[in-house]
Amino acid sequence: MPIDYAALEKSIREKFAGDVVAWTTFRGQHVLHLKRENVISALKFLRDDPAAAFAMLTDVTCVDSLRLPTDMQNEYPERFAVVYNLTSLAHNAQLRVKAYVPEDPSEIDSAVSLWMSALWGEREAYDMYGVTFKGHPDLRRILTPDNFQGHPLRKDYPLKGRGERDNFPKYQDIPSK
Amino acid sequence: MSEQTQGGVSAPGAKGGDAGFITTKLEALMDWGRRNSLWPMPFGTACCAIEMMATLSSRYDLARFGAEVIRFSPRQSDLMIVSGRISIKMMPVLIEIYNQMPEPKWCISMGACASSGGVFDTYTLIQGVDQFIPVDVYIPGCPPRPESLVDALMMIQGKITRHERQTRTYDRTKHPLDFEPVNLVSGAAEAAPELTGSRHSLPQKDLVASSPDA
Repeated sequence: MPIDYAALEKSIREKFAGDVVAWTTFRGQHVLHLKRENVISALKFLRDDPAAAFAMLTDVTCVDSLRLPTDMQNEYPERFAVVYNLTSLAHNAQLRVKAYVPEDPSEIDSAVSLWMSALWGEREAYDMYGVTFKGHPDLRRILTPDNFQGHPLRKDYPLKGRGERDNFPKYQDIPSK
Repeated sequence: MSEQTQGGVSAPGAKGGDAGFITTKLEALMDWGRRNSLWPMPFGTACCAIEMMATLSSRYDLARFGAEVIRFSPRQSDLMIVSGRISIKMMPVLIEIYNQMPEPKWCISMGACASSGGVFDTYTLIQGVDQFIPVDVYIPGCPPRPESLVDALMMIQGKITRHERQTRTYDRTKHPLDFEPVNLVSGAAEAAPELTGSRHSLPQKDLVASSPDA
């Protein structure tokens, strides 16, 4: 049975009145914009509510709004947006949740307690954007070397790097905690 | 082997009755063996590796040149084929494998990425593996056609025939793994002063003031 997005938006807005920034639709894709404070309880509601049942976290990633065109940048109340792509297997539906994270401190609660697939997605978002996920059990870099400095997908990171490609840091295996 | 053959004399009484012997230089014999039994170590990290596989398979058939024995153990190979882009995280692995290959050894840098970084002019890609390991033959192309790889292999065979070794010497004592890392934190502001700063310090277009009605 297809999901009723209008009813879902209504119940989300009632339950998390102070946290919902907006609910937008783009080409049939529904996006829920949230503040970061209660994002985990909102995600837990989306996972456990039988009318939504978003049992699967497809991806966690991040957006850096720095140097977007001004009209697009004005859509971002904060610099970063952590994006959760949710899939409901029961309803064959998708939902995108964007939680806005300021530049300093760029912290948000980890979703690992809800979906185990957040483990690597949050590590990648941390590695590339420097967003710290509080409560993540093993928040290490996942793509760049462990002793890499900086977060390369931030828009203020120079494309050609800071010289590390010619004189890269010695790669070290840092054992997990 | 005829170019090195000094002459052959049949040996009467040898086993089989008709066996002969030839004389040559030991080095020439070794080179003959080496150039016709190159065992590649494929370091395929990207689409060039697909072309390398095509070269090895029946249509192009690298076995015609004696180089069909792909060895994934560096201890048993003498031709490194770097086919694909190499990141700064992968380069120490490549160096380690190259150093584990026994001498004499040769290296083909296959494709634009391995030779120069290609289109990936970014922070994480090595801009040419020849900065860290000696390369004998570079193959242009993105990816190169199998004929190019066959040509490169024949150039390697020519180098072996001419008894040429690595094209340039490299300082073994200065291992890239021992480089001091650049001070990325303190050098960040000098490296890209125009790229630092908060979004709030950027000039913001005032939507109201720029509208024609205002």
